[in-house]
Amino acid sequence: MQESRYQIFINSRGLEKENTPFGPRNLKRVGEMGIRTLFMICAIVSILTTIGIIMVLLQETILFFSQVSIIEFFTETRWTPLFASKKFGILPLVNGTFLTAFGAMLIALPLGLMAAIYMSEYASERNRKLLKPVLEVLAGIPTVVYGYFALTFITPIIKSIFPDTQIFNAASASIVMGFMILPVVASVSEDALSAVPQSLRHAAYALGVTKLEVSTQVVVPAALSGIASAFILAISRAIGETMIVAIAAGQQPKLTLNPLQSIETMTAYIVQVSLGDTPHQSIAYQTIFAVGMLLFLMTFVMNVVSHFITRRFREVYE
Amino acid sequence: MNIEKFYDDDLSGQIKAKNFQGKIFEILCLLAILLGISILLILLIDVTLDGIPWLRPQLFNSFPSRFPDQSGLRSALQGTLWMAILTAIIAFPIGVSAAIYLEEYASDNRFSRFIEINIANLAGVPSIIYGLLGLGLFVRGLGLNRSVLAGSLTMTLLILPTIIVTSREAIRAVPRSLRMASLALGATQWETIRYHVLPYAMPGILTGLILGMSRAIGETAPLITIGALTYIAFDLRGPMDIFTVLPIQIFNWISLPQKDFHDLAAAGILILLAILLSLNSIAIYLRNRLQHRW
Repeated sequence: MQESRYQIFINSRGLEKENTPFGPRNLKRVGEMGIRTLFMICAIVSILTTIGIIMVLLQETILFFSQVSIIEFFTETRWTPLFASKKFGILPLVNGTFLTAFGAMLIALPLGLMAAIYMSEYASERNRKLLKPVLEVLAGIPTVVYGYFALTFITPIIKSIFPDTQIFNAASASIVMGFMILPVVASVSEDALSAVPQSLRHAAYALGVTKLEVSTQVVVPAALSGIASAFILAISRAIGETMIVAIAAGQQPKLTLNPLQSIETMTAYIVQVSLGDTPHQSIAYQTIFAVGMLLFLMTFVMNVVSHFITRRFREVYE
Repeated sequence: MNIEKFYDDDLSGQIKAKNFQGKIFEILCLLAILLGISILLILLIDVTLDGIPWLRPQLFNSFPSRFPDQSGLRSALQGTLWMAILTAIIAFPIGVSAAIYLEEYASDNRFSRFIEINIANLAGVPSIIYGLLGLGLFVRGLGLNRSVLAGSLTMTLLILPTIIVTSREAIRAVPRSLRMASLALGATQWETIRYHVLPYAMPGILTGLILGMSRAIGETAPLITIGALTYIAFDLRGPMDIFTVLPIQIFNWISLPQKDFHDLAAAGILILLAILLSLNSIAIYLRNRLQHRW
């Protein structure tokens, strides 16, 4: 809309002045077009990034699947590409990823939502302005720091409660990851809660409803689409999280639901291979792209679903 | 009379019970926040206690070593500095240009909406995937090997969504009347952007750049993936040299079994957090002091 007005304006100026092909007016217009094109190319870099990700992942993934059957990839229960007897079953890595992500969600989702409810419904303006930035510091701490915290602080605590805990275990990574993701849930959910119009709350109060009931039975349901997309975003973040699990959760791909055992996630496997000197063109080199492809597809689907929910199911008031 | 009295008592009892429930709920919600904040405090205290004894001049001057008391962060600090500056130099013009295009030039059509959705999606891609992109595209594809330049280009792609989104917000906040006034005086669209929109949007844009840079400085996974984890015992001289960065050196020390190396890692974490804290303070300062209120 803005553009059309500019365009009319520039056109009308061009008509008034001399309109020779190499006149100053036209040269200026060519310059303007050049600048515009340059800016457009920069905007297209983002599309090229997406294409680049897909191309790079696809290229090596195809090479990988020319040697390993896709059925083995999804049904085999052992993942040993770095051993002499190679088995390529992704299930143990997926299991590890979901085990840690699930544990993190047990912390991040309820605590994040409660934090959001407090900030949106209960906190005074002054307290909100104080609490929110402090909580957001949690999200800004580098993940390698959380990894350190999980391994050297949380793991010994878990070990003192459950003595047969392994040094590297899913539980300590989960707990720390949960607190890292908490502010994401809190921040996105709070935006959704604050967007619920005041009139809805007032109507409920007028019917004699208490504040607790307004919060949990009026505001939260009204903001459900925003909260749902916050939750999906959080799960996608947990699945893609790398350093915490690489440091604290171990390097043993295992099909287990026991959080006290050492496991390996998809991201931690990519780190493990990257740390070694894996020759280019080897099957081990290709596995990290195949694992990366699956990881990319998982998070991509979740992000799209989250985006779709906010768009499609948003309750529009007024 | 009797019945009414009984009813009243019952009702006020119910109200009391409900108010009590409400109070409990409020306290629980507050506790959720305080739990998060106390984890943050415990983390900071834990790292400080472990790391403080190792914060000595040697930590800054020495290269990594097999012996904890001779180890330092010299190569890691150089790598982080080089990577942060190169990333800023590459990412800033591209990010701001893309933001200007989307805010000032693009009309609201399918193409610009596609770019927007694409940027939102890129922001959600796990950072390690960017590492794989960097490995395939810059390290192997363009033959940049494990150089600082390859790392910086990878980080550029990683932080572009952040820079674009914050720059767009800053540009959008400049009122339209300013643009109209400039155009009415005969300025071209580029002149309007250059002399009127950008100067007012600059504090916001710089805030975005700083946020992006602090993300780049704190990231570990993508740089490990492109192969930056190398034991480096010489000074970094140019953009084509192999490199390591602060978070990777920290990760390396955490992976070693000795307790001393863990404490050394804590000292490294303190330096990393200090860098990030000062960057964020600059961002907050820019936002509060220089930003124009309309």
